[in-house]
Parts: sequence; structure tokens; C-alpha cells
Amino acid sequence: MAITRDEVRRVAALARLHLSADEEARLAGDLDHILSAFATLQALDTTGLEPMRPVDVADAPLRPDGAVNPPAADALLEQAPDRQGRLFHVPRIIE
Amino acid sequence: MAVHAALADLSLREAAARIRTGAMTAVDLVRAVLARCDERDERLGAVLARGDESALAAAEAVDRSLAAGGDVGPLAGVPIGLKDNICTRDLPTTAGSRMLEHFQPAYDATVVERLRAAGAIPVVKLNCDEFAMGSSTENSAFRPTRNPWDPSRVPGGSSGGSAAAVAAGLCAGALGTDTGGSIRLPASFCGVVGVKPSYGRVSRYGVIAYASSLDQVGPVTRDVADAALLLGVIAGHDPRDSTSSPRPTPDFAAALDDGVRGLRIGLPREYFVEGMQPEVETAVRGAVDRLQELGATVTPVTLPHTPYAIATYYLVATAEASSNLARYDGVRYGRRAESSGGVEEMYRTSRGEGFGTEVKRRIMLGTYVLSAGYYDAYYVKAQRARTAIAADFRRAFETCDVLAAPVAPTTAFRLGERLDDPVTMYLSDILTISANLAGIPALSVPCGQDAGGLPVGLQLLGRPFDEATLLRVAAAHEATGDWPERRPPA
Repeated sequence: MAITRDEVRRVAALARLHLSADEEARLAGDLDHILSAFATLQALDTTGLEPMRPVDVADAPLRPDGAVNPPAADALLEQAPDRQGRLFHVPRIIE
Repeated sequence: MAVHAALADLSLREAAARIRTGAMTAVDLVRAVLARCDERDERLGAVLARGDESALAAAEAVDRSLAAGGDVGPLAGVPIGLKDNICTRDLPTTAGSRMLEHFQPAYDATVVERLRAAGAIPVVKLNCDEFAMGSSTENSAFRPTRNPWDPSRVPGGSSGGSAAAVAAGLCAGALGTDTGGSIRLPASFCGVVGVKPSYGRVSRYGVIAYASSLDQVGPVTRDVADAALLLGVIAGHDPRDSTSSPRPTPDFAAALDDGVRGLRIGLPREYFVEGMQPEVETAVRGAVDRLQELGATVTPVTLPHTPYAIATYYLVATAEASSNLARYDGVRYGRRAESSGGVEEMYRTSRGEGFGTEVKRRIMLGTYVLSAGYYDAYYVKAQRARTAIAADFRRAFETCDVLAAPVAPTTAFRLGERLDDPVTMYLSDILTISANLAGIPALSVPCGQDAGGLPVGLQLLGRPFDEATLLRVAAAHEATGDWPERRPPA
């Protein structure tokens, strides 16, 4: 199964990832190569096997449902690439 | 300088003991490792950030507390390095990515809190493949790290900075993260000890996520007893990580000297692969022979689903990565591209500029396998295969207490050698990824050198939450040679 440039563009759109034309071409080849190498997995009969659940439910206790909220909002806002006062500032959302 | 050289090579235990008894000060030790960084890191490229001022201030505080007869922790005054995907409130944390080039976390990861509570001093942040995606540390957006044994070789990855730094004495011990072998492979390539704990043993809170069902934090040290000590400090339940286990943390050092008499060691047939470098096989089999002489029994075992592990791992890990890395949107933190368009264009260009080649490749692969029409064929299929891989280990541990194998089919490869073909690079992980898929603990301990002097690692794999037995076997092996004394050339 060959991965086309259109397929790469479709996936890049889902991933919100800008790719240059060169990157699109290279990724089409890479994904094709990787998925071909991984085709061996399709030969494995997984009938009757449940998908793995990595965490044993008994091992995952609940915690009290209380608000803790550290650290302070101000410390987190420090890292904002663009802000207005106590708000994150973003480009327009409705075109 | 000679005094500095000696101090920078002390074990964690020896360094902590000398500081506690007043034989040296914490300030002297921190100065010694900083001097070692000055001497060696320009060539190695292991360090991404140094906290000279904060480390010296912390060391002075330890020395003052000791002088006043204060109660200090088990790692008081000991300088530690941290892989740069572990958040620190006083040092930038980049995950080796342009996306987080100027990121300063507002809080410490739980493992860092625990280190500080034990008196340890975070002194350097260490290079890694971008977002821990890689097997050579060549995917760091800033610079590659070089192997201290041979600078034309890679240190392994993704925690290559951690292993190179510990081998070269740039810190007394370090933490790395292991998603598919990222602690064990560099530990093997750099001749140090590296432990990937059981999934859930160590909190992931404050650790930049790559593949959340596989990621674990673990110690990188110059000997096994140091690894036991460091693991004991960072392990334990954390309510802030819902996958962290409530099981009590045993004293990992308690049974280190108990030997291996009567212990059953399994040799997985599939892990002695065709095309393996003969010196690797010889070193690993030699180590197993010596454990047998010490009273262990050795039996062959089979892990029949091993051939499916690479595909299973790269489908599961990239799917999780594509989801985890969706958070880098240029809004709350991290890189934002200059863009004149709307918010959608800002997302796309920020991510396009911020992520490197391998990260883009994995986001694309992960998004593809999770997308409509492919989800069942790839992602669900891989999760079912993962169940089969975990069952292989359960069966093997019915007749064995630990499994012994190589960490990688070869010793450290040359920089650039595997960069052109992602599949060849992915195959570097063939012997380490199954432990992550199954959630079991595994470690790497030095067991030999090839003709060129490059280290070979022995991998030991154990039952879930049985790190203590792994460390005991590793300690028995370590005592058969002079591995911890073998240091790379200055």
C-alpha cells in the first residue's frame, strides 16, 4: 500500500502540522517504508486477545476530589507566548 | 585538578558518606563536578543547562545544616543530573526541542521533589533525543551527545546525555526516562548502570509525556548499589499520577549481597538474534556462565511474540505521542510562530517550526494509525499484540525468576550511521521495547567491552515490581569483575 502525498496532507491537517513540500515528499516515503516493515504484524492471529490495558485497575486508587490548583496561575501565565493581563491572547478564532 | 578528578568519580554512596561525616563538603563536591563539566562537556555535549548558582547555594545550605548538627537526607549534598524532559522549577526544561527552547517550568516533577527532599542537588539538565524520541541522542534539536568512550560514536538514546554524563563524572548519578529502552540502551553504550522500573513504580508527574502507557523514570549510576539507592528515593505512590502504584517501596539495597544461589535465570531464545555482534553475545553469555558458577540455574525460555514487538511498539508509542504532543499549540507555553492568519494557521506554523524531523515523523505515523479507517487495523491490532507479548513474559516467569539477555545487538554505533533510515534506527530497540510493552522492570549493567573498548551491557528483566531481585542479580554479576572501576578516557 503506497502512501500518497494527498494522504500525507490529510494526516498533517488532522495533526495541525505545517509541512514543507520537501517534508511531504519525504514523509510519504517514510510512512510507506515504516508501515511496510510493520506489515508483519498483520500476520499475527489476535483472535480472542483483548487489547492491553496497561494499568491494573486495582493498582489505580482514586484520590479525594478536592481542588488543589498549585502552582499559582501567575506563574503559569509567565510562560504564555502572548497574553493580555490574566488572559492568554490568541489570533482570531472565527474567520 | 587531581583532587577534583577523584571527587567527581565517587559513587553516590561514598560521596554522601564523606559529606555526612565531614570528610568533604557538599560545596567541594559540587565545585568538582562543575569543574569536570568545564573540562569535558564541550567535547561530549551532554549538558543542556547548568545550575551553578542554585547548586552551590543548595550545597552551602547542606554544609550549614550539617555543621549545625541538622538531620540531612540520604543523598545530602550529592550533585544529580536530570534528563531534560524532567521539569525543574529552577532550571529550564526543553525536552531537547525548539518547541520548548525557553520553557521554564513553574514546578518540580515529583521525582525532583523527592530528590531534593533526600538532600540531592540538581546540578545539570542533560541532553536527549527530542521529546525522548530516538535511540542515539542525535535527534536533540540543540546538538548531539557523543559517547565518552569514543567521541565518533553515539551514546545511545534517548537518555544519552544522562548516561554520558554519569560515565564521564559530570554528575554523581542521573535520572533518565525509558519508553522503549531509552535508559538501558545508553547505559549499555556508555558502560553504566541503568534501570527501567516497573510501570507505575515511579511517578510521571512533571515528566514531559511521550507515550504515557510506556514511559518510566529511572536511575543511571556508576554501580548497582547506587542504582538501588537512587531508585528507592524516587519510587513510591504519587496521587498526582493516576497510574502510579500504591504498592509500598521496598528497601532495594537490603538484599543486594544475598547472591544468586538457587535463583532461576531464563535465556530468551529470541533475544540472541542473528546478526548480533559476536563480542556482545560472548560477553553476555560469559556473564550468565559466571552467575551459574555462583549457584544460579540457567534454562532456555521462549518469548514467541518477540518478532512483533517493534511494530507493536512503534504503533502504540506513536499513537500516544501524537495525542500527547497535541498540547503544543503555541497558546499557553512553548514556541509560537509569527503568523498573520487565524488561530488554525498559528497552530500549524508553530508546530511546523517547533518540531524536528523525527518528532514530525512520529506525530504523522501516530495520527495516521489513529485516523478513521486505520484505527482497528493498526492501533487496536497493536494493543492486542501487546497482550500476547505480556503473556509471553508471564509464562516465562512461571519457570524463571529473571531473564538475562543483551541490551542491544551491537555496541555503540557511529554518529550518522543510522540517521538515513528510520527503520534501521528503530531496530536498535529490538531487545528493550518488550519490557515497556509488558510493563515489567529491566536494567542494564556493564558486562564487557568489545575489541575497540566499547562497553557491552547485560540486560536483566524481572517480574512486575520485582526490581529487588533484578538488582540483587546485577550486584552479584557486578562483583565478578571490576566494571564500576572502568571509566572512559579523560
